[in-house]
Amino acid sequence: MDNNWPLWEVFIRSKSGLHHKHVGSLHAVDAEMAIQNARDVYTRRSEGVSIWVVASSNITASNPENGEALFDPANDKVYRHPTFYNLPDELKHI
Amino acid sequence: MENNLEQAFQAKIDREEKIEPKDWMPEAYRKTLIRQISQHAHSEIVGMLPEGNWITRAPSLRRKVALMAKVQDEAGHGLYLYSACETLGINRDTLYEQLHDGTAKYSSIFNYPTLTWADIGAIGWLVDGAAIMNQVPLCRCSYGPYARAMVRVCKEESFHQRQGFEILLTLSKGSDEQKNMLQDAVNRWWWPSVMMFGPSDKDSPHTARSMNWKIKRFTNDELRQKFVDVCYEQAKVLNVKLPDEDIKWNEERGHYDFGAIDWDEFWQVVKGNGPCNKQRVAARKKAWDDGAWVREAALAHSNKRSERLKNKKVA
Ligand SMILES: [Fe+2]
Ligand SMILES: [Fe+2]
Repeated sequence: MDNNWPLWEVFIRSKSGLHHKHVGSLHAVDAEMAIQNARDVYTRRSEGVSIWVVASSNITASNPENGEALFDPANDKVYRHPTFYNLPDELKHI
Repeated sequence: MENNLEQAFQAKIDREEKIEPKDWMPEAYRKTLIRQISQHAHSEIVGMLPEGNWITRAPSLRRKVALMAKVQDEAGHGLYLYSACETLGINRDTLYEQLHDGTAKYSSIFNYPTLTWADIGAIGWLVDGAAIMNQVPLCRCSYGPYARAMVRVCKEESFHQRQGFEILLTLSKGSDEQKNMLQDAVNRWWWPSVMMFGPSDKDSPHTARSMNWKIKRFTNDELRQKFVDVCYEQAKVLNVKLPDEDIKWNEERGHYDFGAIDWDEFWQVVKGNGPCNKQRVAARKKAWDDGAWVREAALAHSNKRSERLKNKKVA
């Protein structure tokens, strides 16, 4: 019988006002235990004010092989950046 | 095809880009990392045993809370590393099995006994010191999850070394008996710590490949030299003598020369014949076996709960 406890991904908000950030993973039988373990493993020195845990099996990730197809089109849309627009230096506050 | 992938992989590493779990990687890179990361994780876990030996006998409450926090950190390090290792496609139970059946190794240093309280200080100073020397460059390892785990580990290590040094510093200012205890601990831990960096470069055939893959940034001998240089100066603060008659400053090299390492002893301990190899693995296995019912019960409990929840929804 497979006794491996399921794997959980752990996300921590380091202080209020910031995003939760992925910090690693751990094993636990359920979400509640995952939170408790995450506290012990990833926040022993007050590294966080909030924890999210997500069962790793619930995460769908993009495939690195499709990286080009997904992200390259953005490269030739320079007009999405403010520096694309030519304006005189004397113009202020813009 | 394989060749192209391999070239693209190496080019990425040469550009100092990280390799992430789902990226293509050569099988040998994956295997090397699994071996190295798991060995590292096992070392953190087994490393708790010699120190745990002194928790109940720490000389003061201050020392006791510090030692407990340190040992708990080492458990944490093991867990960060196991989870980094699992991203390479091996599961946790398999990793444990390899530790228990001896297929996987852990650092030989933990096969030496902790005979006196001074040993706890010596471990913090020398063993954690050597580990830091090794781990700092690993923060730039080409494999993302390993590098990130090492950043966390390194942040925590410096307290370990400082608490060890403080223990020794206190002994160095104590009675003759305490000073002797300090010197005796340094005598016993010095050479095994120097050996922690692994076989000398001429006997580690995979070093070049690991350097090419940027898993390693310095060779074993380079790191060992740094360690000796740093420790020689630190030993002066403690008024202890490093147990090496040949250690002396070499103006030309800008480093300390040091005596010959007893590689026979090193290989004996690696092969399982160190003073505590059997005891360490036995303690580890016992903890695992004794905990089996807890793991099973927790899983059964959670299965039952989710089953109940499902039935409720149906009804
Ligand atoms: Fe550690
Ligand atoms: Fe440590």
